[in-house]
Amino acid sequence: MTALPVATAGALGLGFWRMLGGMSSGGFDPHAVNAPILDRSLPDFTLPGLPGQGDGFDSATLRAQKEPVLLNFFASWCIPCVAEMPALRDIGRKLPIWGIAYKDKPEDAARFTARDGSPFARVAADRSGMAAIDWGVTGVPETFLILPGGRIAWHGTAELTDDTFRHEIQPRLQALR
Amino acid sequence: MFGPEQGHFALALACILALTQFILPLWGAARQDRRMLALAPLLAVSQLIALALSFFCLVWSATHDDFSVQNVAANSAIAKPLLYKITGTWGNHEGSILLWALILGVCGAAVAAFGRNLPAILRARVLAILGGVSAGFQAFCLLTSDPFARVWPAPPDGQGMNPLLQDPGLAFHPPILYTGYVGFAVPFAFAVAALIEGRVDAAWGRWVRPWAVAAWCFLTCGIALGSWWSYYVLGWGGYWFWDPVENASLIPWLTGTALVHSAIVVEKREALKIWTVLLAIATFSFSLSGTFLVRSGILNSVHAFANDPARGIFILGLLAVVIGGSLLLFAWRAPSLVAGGMFAPLSREGSLVLNNILLCSICAVVVTGTMYPPFAQLLFGRTISVGKPFFDATTIPLTLPLLGAMAFGTMLPWKRAQMSPLLHRLRIAGLLAVVALGVACWTLSGPLPILCAVGAVWVIGASVTDLTGRLGVSRLSLAHSWARARSLPRSAFGAALAHIGAGVTVLGLCGMSQAQHAIVDVKVGQTETLAGYEWTLLDVRDAQGPNYRAMIADIAIRRHGHLVTVLHPSKRDFSSQHQTTTEVAIRTNLLADLYGVIGDRHGTGADTTYVLRLHYNPLAPWMWLGGLIMAIGGGLSLSDRRLRVGAPKKAASIRAEATS
Repeated sequence: MTALPVATAGALGLGFWRMLGGMSSGGFDPHAVNAPILDRSLPDFTLPGLPGQGDGFDSATLRAQKEPVLLNFFASWCIPCVAEMPALRDIGRKLPIWGIAYKDKPEDAARFTARDGSPFARVAADRSGMAAIDWGVTGVPETFLILPGGRIAWHGTAELTDDTFRHEIQPRLQALR
Repeated sequence: MFGPEQGHFALALACILALTQFILPLWGAARQDRRMLALAPLLAVSQLIALALSFFCLVWSATHDDFSVQNVAANSAIAKPLLYKITGTWGNHEGSILLWALILGVCGAAVAAFGRNLPAILRARVLAILGGVSAGFQAFCLLTSDPFARVWPAPPDGQGMNPLLQDPGLAFHPPILYTGYVGFAVPFAFAVAALIEGRVDAAWGRWVRPWAVAAWCFLTCGIALGSWWSYYVLGWGGYWFWDPVENASLIPWLTGTALVHSAIVVEKREALKIWTVLLAIATFSFSLSGTFLVRSGILNSVHAFANDPARGIFILGLLAVVIGGSLLLFAWRAPSLVAGGMFAPLSREGSLVLNNILLCSICAVVVTGTMYPPFAQLLFGRTISVGKPFFDATTIPLTLPLLGAMAFGTMLPWKRAQMSPLLHRLRIAGLLAVVALGVACWTLSGPLPILCAVGAVWVIGASVTDLTGRLGVSRLSLAHSWARARSLPRSAFGAALAHIGAGVTVLGLCGMSQAQHAIVDVKVGQTETLAGYEWTLLDVRDAQGPNYRAMIADIAIRRHGHLVTVLHPSKRDFSSQHQTTTEVAIRTNLLADLYGVIGDRHGTGADTTYVLRLHYNPLAPWMWLGGLIMAIGGGLSLSDRRLRVGAPKKAASIRAEATS
């Protein structure tokens, strides 16, 4: 009986040791987020556009694309979204980015994307946030990499940077070719 | 004189002294060598002096803007106010580890100073264990987290500190919390020393308990202060988020509370010895591993520390030695500790056992909830998060019987109690609880808040009637009661006060469960209604601070047309650090807080709107007030010198001083 505490502590310690090993080798990330739709087909939705910026889009259009697409959830009230705009504009030249304005007034979102030139090839508004729930979005900004046919290949939950693009997204695109 | 090199040297010296303090006394105890035993207190004091010098050197470097020191360059700046230059030394990883080591040094010196009445061998062993733990942490500090590391060329100015940390509440939260964590090293050292010796008796219980109570008081204050800080600085209106870092402080608090109670049984009845020793080891182990898990980045928390796997491996090794070593010793030696007195389930001991079972169950639940996400990811590859719904659903049902039992524990006699006198003494508390049930059903919604509120009133009522019963307030004259109050041990007052404090905290939590809030987007002049108050945004102005620009709102709050108060929440933009902070405005009357936060500005010209977050938080101050009362109760029982060996001498001299 008195050996029980040391056995428990030993088991926990072993677990921590493996976690630390995984953290340095990259196999274990405690900050990873739940991504139930990763490697699945994208969920169904139909969303309207922003005033003066097209008619929005739906899941069928997205699935019908012949090239990979980045899907970015953003909002005009979100500071990191403002910060990631220049990076999005750069990345948008290499890969089309489609935007969904999350829980935002359409006018505010339209003003936001138009301010310094929109990085988005197409943009839609998810005013109620219902579509974002199906996508497993936990906050904004979040970005998904969608392969032709509609499979979700990657899910990023922080602001998109050039670094992330080069290390997370580009290898996946190259694997495709 | 007090430069970083001197500090570095002093730290290395302290590490050597600590190592000596670990080896020589243990050797001396094994060989029964008096001279080596006598070295232990001397080494403890000199280690503290070296550590204090080292810490002073770090403070000196920070206050003299020595930016050649990496730590100062990264966390300080010329423009920073002096107070925050000083407190900033422990606002980062390296400095906080040095503070940790310093407090451990203070604990060792305190044992050396106040432990004169301990048997020489026990004292030497306790100091040796403390020295060993100290040496480990100082080596960690020197090898992986050197606070005196230099940077060359030295930058002309530092990078400044996170503006969120520029707050008096946070400045003093870490030292108090660390004193709580580290303080449990003393009961731990006593437990390990007792295991080496193979003997735990009533005297051991009497020696170990004041140390446990002192650490518990600091930990209680530290947790309350941290919760209060997150309430009034972060501006989310919440006070506890079940964040892993918060849980890491709650877990040792729960086992520490159990320890403080079970040590009473060892002291009075020589029972629960093995269990108490295990609790002493567990409490310090939880304190240590909490720090480790946070610093290594294994637990996903909002409290970010710079993560470095090399540090993680070092601390894990240190924990393996300290925790693994002590638990191995426990597995080997604990069976030889002889069990003590017998008791009936309905007795003081029985109620303390129940207290321990419940506290440890809550602790097990919190540990499970905190550790499940990383282990689920490791074992099953699934990422999940465990949050408030889990903790609420599991801890509250365990807290209710705890409240129920707390009320009568102090009323029961040792060994065996009778039911009928107990019920007689509880009649007033029962009556109050019934009244509370009525009031709670009227004012609170939801069965759990109502039950908790009733439990809290029941505890407070029973604690007060227990005290008045002992003083004979209803039977005796005032003078008689006063005489009784003077002869009643202070620990009795302390226990009653601590229990009342717990009740007050629970009432505060119940009140907060009824909090109301609204997030509104309003123009200047617009009025919103919340919780029966009319909140009007009068004006928003811009102001310039020393190192930030501020946007200040004036929110008038009226009730039935009468002006209650004007709140001035503000938002500060620290452009140099690319960070904004919110300054919450709170108006309290001790029964409820009116709480206002200003958020973003939208639009321009006449269309400008502001996002406001308005909260009505009933009984919010009671949560922290209760924590303070608990700590005062602990402090009061600590001042009860009658319970300690060798104390009568001191008490007599104090009395002589008081009369002279």
